[in-house]
Amino acid sequence: MSADYLDGNALAGPLAEIFATDVSAAVGRCASCGLTGPVASLRVYSRAPGLVARCPGCEEVVLRLVRSPDAAWLDLRGAVCLRIPLGGP
Amino acid sequence: MPMTKWRVARLVKVRDENPTARTLVFDVPGWPGHVAGQHVDVRLTAEDGYTARRSYSLAAPEGVELTVQRVEDGEVSPYLTQDMEPGDELELRGPVGGWFVWRPDGTTPVLLVAGGAGIVPLMAMIRARRAAGSGAPFRLVYALRSPGQLYYADELLSPDPGVAVTLAYTRSAPEGHARPPGRLTAADLGPYGEADCYVCGPTGFVEAAATLLVELGHDPARIKTERFGPTGE
Repeated sequence: MSADYLDGNALAGPLAEIFATDVSAAVGRCASCGLTGPVASLRVYSRAPGLVARCPGCEEVVLRLVRSPDAAWLDLRGAVCLRIPLGGP
Repeated sequence: MPMTKWRVARLVKVRDENPTARTLVFDVPGWPGHVAGQHVDVRLTAEDGYTARRSYSLAAPEGVELTVQRVEDGEVSPYLTQDMEPGDELELRGPVGGWFVWRPDGTTPVLLVAGGAGIVPLMAMIRARRAAGSGAPFRLVYALRSPGQLYYADELLSPDPGVAVTLAYTRSAPEGHARPPGRLTAADLGPYGEADCYVCGPTGFVEAAATLLVELGHDPARIKTERFGPTGE
């Protein structure tokens, strides 16, 4: 795996186009190794078509996001779940 | 949701930080405000419709202020650092990123570790601390190649009370600087004291600095990182 990656922070803008809340601060669990951590701590490879986010523990793909001119394709196969903070009252 | 909207930003002021970096202050009608550490996505559109997007950290806690490092052969940064003039417009979207942020409501000690242009979001945190009158103890360790690469010299050479600044020059240091030039070491980051850690810089730097912090005894769960690509472009 190349060392040429960014943090999941880089997903914040592109995901803000889809979700009404900031998903980069959500805590997810890797479907491959079970590591739990914020989306912001994933390793994001942006040189592919779209964005590929891998687990910092096992390097399996957690999330893929591809934007076409009129749609977004979001593949979350590598995440068991996401806990999305919604803020207090 | 307002954060997803592209907004028109008009450049109102520029400030040179050093020979290759400058700060751009924008007027953005309807800007919703942000938290120190957040970033914006910038979109430039050429006359033929070609667009280029980049992410930049916000440099100040209030208003839309970006500091951009010129990357030779870059597609966007030469325009932002050399050609764009007050009155010119671009589009931006944000603020984005709710994880690599510092809120001025705590008293927990904070350790900031910057590599080169990685100083930008950390400077926003130092400025947010000042603006809020926060007493949280801050320490900044700022690794930079040479004195000519320093950002925010006025503020970092005479820091606020309660903010300790260590400049770690990696290639050449100013005359009389106590620390010999060289890469960041555990000695620069130590001794260990409980702190929330924020590390920002190029990927390799962030990797190395975060490893040193863990070796010093910092809890990995309290180390937040923000990497940018090898060139920033």
